[in-house]
Amino acid sequence: MMSPRELFQIVETEARSHGIQDVELTIGESHEALTRFANNGIHQNVAERNTGISIRPQENRRTARAETNRMDAGSVRAAVRDAIALMRAQEPDDRLLPLAEPEALAKVNRVAESTVTCTPSERAAAVREAIRIAEGAGQTAAGIYSTSFSRETLINSRGVFAEYEQSMAEFSITMLETGSSGWAKASAVDRSSLDVAGLARQASQKAVRSRNPREVEPGRYTVILEPAAVLDLVGQMFGDFGGTAIEDQRSFLNERTGTKLFGDNITIVDDCGHPLQAGPSFDGEGVARRQLNLVQAGVVQNLAYCRGAAQRAGKTPTGHGLPIPNEIGEFPLNIVFAGGGASLDDMIRSTDRGILVTRLWYIREVDPYEKMMTGMTRDGTFLIERGEVVAGIRNFRFNQGLIELLNHVEVLGPSVRASGEETFDMVVPALKAHEFHFTEVTRF
Amino acid sequence: MLSLAKHALDTAASRPRVTYADVRIQQTQGRSLATKSGRLSGASSSESHGIGIRVLAAGAWGFAATGDLSKAGLEAAAALAVDIALASATTSKQAVELAPEPPVRVTWISDCAIDPFAMSIERQIAYLLAVDAELRKEAKVTMTETSLIFDRTRQIFLSTEGSEIDQTRTVTGGGMAAHSFGDHEIQKRSYPNSFGGQYQLKGWELIERLDLLRHAPRVASECVALHSADQCPETTGTLILDSSQLGLQIHESIGHPIELDRVLGSEANYAGMSFLTLEKLNNLRYGSDIVNAVCDATLAHGPGLGTFLHDDEGVAAQRVDIIRDGQFRGYMSSRETASAIGQTRSNGTMRASGWNRLPLIRMTNVSLEPGPHSLEDVFGEDGIYMETNRSWSIDDKRYNFQFGCEIGWEIKNGQRVRMLKNPTYSGITTEFWNSCRAIAGREHWTLWGVPNCGKGQPEQTMGTGHGASPSRFADIKIGGGYAG
Repeated sequence: MMSPRELFQIVETEARSHGIQDVELTIGESHEALTRFANNGIHQNVAERNTGISIRPQENRRTARAETNRMDAGSVRAAVRDAIALMRAQEPDDRLLPLAEPEALAKVNRVAESTVTCTPSERAAAVREAIRIAEGAGQTAAGIYSTSFSRETLINSRGVFAEYEQSMAEFSITMLETGSSGWAKASAVDRSSLDVAGLARQASQKAVRSRNPREVEPGRYTVILEPAAVLDLVGQMFGDFGGTAIEDQRSFLNERTGTKLFGDNITIVDDCGHPLQAGPSFDGEGVARRQLNLVQAGVVQNLAYCRGAAQRAGKTPTGHGLPIPNEIGEFPLNIVFAGGGASLDDMIRSTDRGILVTRLWYIREVDPYEKMMTGMTRDGTFLIERGEVVAGIRNFRFNQGLIELLNHVEVLGPSVRASGEETFDMVVPALKAHEFHFTEVTRF
Repeated sequence: MLSLAKHALDTAASRPRVTYADVRIQQTQGRSLATKSGRLSGASSSESHGIGIRVLAAGAWGFAATGDLSKAGLEAAAALAVDIALASATTSKQAVELAPEPPVRVTWISDCAIDPFAMSIERQIAYLLAVDAELRKEAKVTMTETSLIFDRTRQIFLSTEGSEIDQTRTVTGGGMAAHSFGDHEIQKRSYPNSFGGQYQLKGWELIERLDLLRHAPRVASECVALHSADQCPETTGTLILDSSQLGLQIHESIGHPIELDRVLGSEANYAGMSFLTLEKLNNLRYGSDIVNAVCDATLAHGPGLGTFLHDDEGVAAQRVDIIRDGQFRGYMSSRETASAIGQTRSNGTMRASGWNRLPLIRMTNVSLEPGPHSLEDVFGEDGIYMETNRSWSIDDKRYNFQFGCEIGWEIKNGQRVRMLKNPTYSGITTEFWNSCRAIAGREHWTLWGVPNCGKGQPEQTMGTGHGASPSRFADIKIGGGYAG
């Protein structure tokens, strides 16, 4: 296979033969494997290997993109011509900036050999261990064990050369009993740091503790959200922390930036260099990602800006731009939500009556300006009375505004790398909040 | 493509302990164009090729996919698929068995009257910009969006049982939306549907029929008018749904629960399970007597996103009763799950989102059959009418749902008397369908395309079809999304 620079030479030569000086090339290479189990056996077990390129020429304030995974020189040149044809079909856009210039990029090492070289047998062995725990408890296990390696390279004709490699391992498990279930999940660059047996036991214990679930009336409750529930809920709002979202007037931060929107105990940064974070140190145009204080003591302080939105707003690009052209603009993807010192047990002990939530599901936006979200609890929802978990309960539907929630936070736990199913992984704490709005109860 | 596929299949099948193998080799071509607030915001083309190799070895499944279609790449992927299957077998409780399916050799190309890839790109861009400009004539609209998407996929399926199936499908989608921010609220109207509009197994003729330009002024003016509309009340009463919202209601509360892999626990960790446990088959009143639903992938059903000749394990497209006269009659199955519950044949719903993904049970076209009522009948009781989905959520066994729509109307004496903003409704699946009181007839029935159905790990995004006509429901909880 050709090296990134050899590929870029083909792209640039073809572009220049059509009179185009500016071109950007992104190369994505991935090896992914995922072992999936259910009913205490592996039922789906897959692997994928692929390399693809994306070519973006630019000329007279026009641009377009063509993608292919045919990596021979002829196919690469054909993709350049496709992109040029799309580009030249357009009228100039006076807001389109020239390609990004090179700048120093932070080096991050997020590759673990143990993850990259993991074999089908090793994944199966980990799954067998989880199944052994399930069968020992008389339960049924379902879940995944995945490992991946990816490499992303961005090169442009202005001299940008940005490259990033990452491995990632993920284990997720649901333990089922008749009428109850429990769930746990974790992800890590190094698969040897995943405690598969510990996660399986955690999910198993939740299934035991939520046996014979009671039905509790919906209403406003003190709630303790475990980290996965926090990230899946608050993760719904970060697309609004962008200069383009404000410009489009589609953000709940319209007319609210710089104001104190949340409680004093809410501080959120975006930091791709955080030791528990993942992802490249550059954005979709090759701009270095800056650490960004999004919320400081409840005040919305900063937004993410791609190059274009930054210029229009008189700001500095923050390195959160998406590959252009796109409708969204930018997105902070390395959220670190500042935590506190309370343990989950501390939160439970200090609660006279409340609900403990393991995980949320099918979260959707009901109102975009109040950031009202609806969704369900799932796989381990518990009633707390007089400082103790007293019973599992049937799952609730909630309708909860995020602005209100982040004004009602009483206590925060330590921030951890958390992984859910509704948004990307983040570093978040468990939290306790009052008056969380459960509106309906389902049948299980 | 065929010779590459044969080489991959032969390589996999020649490995020890392999009892079955199939391969899907694909070429895809795509074009996507979008505008935002008067400017082109997206212009991209894409192509992808690759192969997915699925094997049964030692009674267990393995799957490997590669974009490297060299001889060495194919052989490595075939060997990996077998190694993976043998690893799977270390946890097997019993060997996988497949319901029988006769082998077939066939070639099929979906209808596409006006090839969108053969059209001038300039014309397509000019069309979107004209629609965008029409939306922006309404001064209080603060953001506009339009989009076109075209996709063509050719797939050759080969199996060790002798099937050789060559299918080419062309999908076209398009739509528009107006957004308005003011008075501390954001409102939105879309046409012909949210999620980017309408998608069908057609060419540019779909876009011509949608006639976005004609509808743009209404879409923009309704978006702005919502700011001064009354809030949808919190009440329990009569609900009337337009066909697009009903299409999504069918998707979530009929389509997903009838997936037999969910019922059997395959999705327990992610997409969830189903309240439709096996003993309920032929023993559950799912809906009222007028509710009839089918899962229909055949060409006769229409150009849906779930229309094909054979599914991705070579089973012929079928029309299956799901609900007949209100009674629950059928699941969607695969060869493995059909065998697992003692059925003699899969009903052909295994689909993969691309060459790099394993086929799963996916909705084909899950549709509510047209009813006996006129539109006047449907609007014949006072209540609240809702159009165009804005939010959707349902629990992991598909009982409790809540939907929000972009716009509502109070209906009195068969007429729209008052616009309502932020309408939501919620309920329990079987209670909802049992409260169905009127379904409009064939002339009001539309086969909607839902392009973004997620399922599986690694996640697969699939297009599904849902036919529906406007319908009326009694005693529905309305407005709960904004309650309290």
